[in-house]
Amino acid sequence: MVKIGVLGLQGAIREHIRSVEAAGAEGIIIKYKEQLSDIDGLIIPGGESTTMRRLIDKYDFLDALADFGKHGKPIFGTCAGLILLANNIVGQDYAHLSLMDMKVERNAFGRQRESFEAEIDLKGVADNFEAVFIRAPYVVEVGPEVEVLATYQDKIVAAKQGHYLCSAFHPELTDDHRLTEYFVKMVEK
Amino acid sequence: MSKIGTDRVKRGMAEMQKGGVIMDVVNAEQAKIAEEAGAVAVMALERVPSDIRAAGGVARMADPTIVEEVMNAVSIPVMAKARIGHIVEARVLESMGVDYIDESEVLTPADEVYHLNKRDYTVPFVCGCRHLGEAARRIGEGSSMLRTKGEPGTGNIVEAVRHMREVNGQVRKLVNMNEDEVMTYAKDLGAPYEVLLEIKENGRLPVVNFAAGGIATPADAALMMQLGADGVFVGSGIFKSDNPANFARAIVEATTHYEDYELIAKVSKGIGTAMKGLEISTIAPEERMQDRGW
Repeated sequence: MVKIGVLGLQGAIREHIRSVEAAGAEGIIIKYKEQLSDIDGLIIPGGESTTMRRLIDKYDFLDALADFGKHGKPIFGTCAGLILLANNIVGQDYAHLSLMDMKVERNAFGRQRESFEAEIDLKGVADNFEAVFIRAPYVVEVGPEVEVLATYQDKIVAAKQGHYLCSAFHPELTDDHRLTEYFVKMVEK
Repeated sequence: MSKIGTDRVKRGMAEMQKGGVIMDVVNAEQAKIAEEAGAVAVMALERVPSDIRAAGGVARMADPTIVEEVMNAVSIPVMAKARIGHIVEARVLESMGVDYIDESEVLTPADEVYHLNKRDYTVPFVCGCRHLGEAARRIGEGSSMLRTKGEPGTGNIVEAVRHMREVNGQVRKLVNMNEDEVMTYAKDLGAPYEVLLEIKENGRLPVVNFAAGGIATPADAALMMQLGADGVFVGSGIFKSDNPANFARAIVEATTHYEDYELIAKVSKGIGTAMKGLEISTIAPEERMQDRGW
């Protein structure tokens, strides 16, 4: 059974663990960078990206996370996690992990009042997938190596680049574990 | 077809705040300090609870100018307080695009009988609770997030501890109960039966439950997390301390690593003096905010 870590600094950690377990893998909460050597893949959960970044800096996590990805270990970022993976963020002159070649915009679908759920098709992963968008970002542009997996109202909301996967919505908030299962398969490879 | 304002969307927003600290702020400058320190959200209000307590009189929704100023200053979610049962204050805050409304006993209640019907709104609500009965009633009315009432503006953790232990103890009791006994428990608590059944089935509350009302130090925040809080609200504790930026950062770290005592010791060193605080027995019963609402 593969071991999948969930970055445990802040956000919807418990839900991702539940989803990972439902997808047939072992879920481990990662609070210290030393734990990264114990796992085969990592999920960066939804939460507040500014809060996570501050804690990542505080505990010197940034390089360890980037190295984890550069050594070929799969990473799946949801919502705030998608922001952390991108190499270009609208309105900011800096990015975070810069592992995926894409430009993203924070809270691009609006504030909480505009948050929504909708059915989307995830190419090669799942049709009629119930996606929950909360103060969600979207991907504005992708580089040539990034494969777009889903769009909603012509905005990119899920993408993949090699062993990196991201979604603007929260697969952990529903009982539909197909996207997490897809990530578990990426890790098993 | 997309749907807004569903339970999943409203409750999900609170799920994203878990493990975080929500800080009371009264202007843009404080909001920026809070965001910089790693707050997951800010609560925009006119005065922090200890100042409301000191000022006396009627406490109302903040001037929309303050709420707007805070919303423009930060990119993290902004919450704001409406009086218990004040339909129009809540609608005004919703129309401004506030991310979460706290139907709060910190303000003077507008209605002593009825809380808001929170199912009617697109914006989600957080409400205070002292025990499972109150928690279940608020969930029944559509609250998407709970917090302990504690005793706001005191810097005294004792009431928040009492309320967190009470709610979680009652949830444990319910979960272990024979299903035959649930209706009587619902009657005793004055709680909606269906909400109790759902809690029993899932083994936990259907919404997140934060700690609030008296958190003044990093150790207080970590204590509440150990008692089962999903996160913490800090009202007066930050901007009534000696050094708000230090306190804010230290409380954020202690909340993340609530079981790492060496780290809590480290972040608590030399951060300055906490807010002064109030002994609960010195507050006249009619001035206790936790007894507002039912």
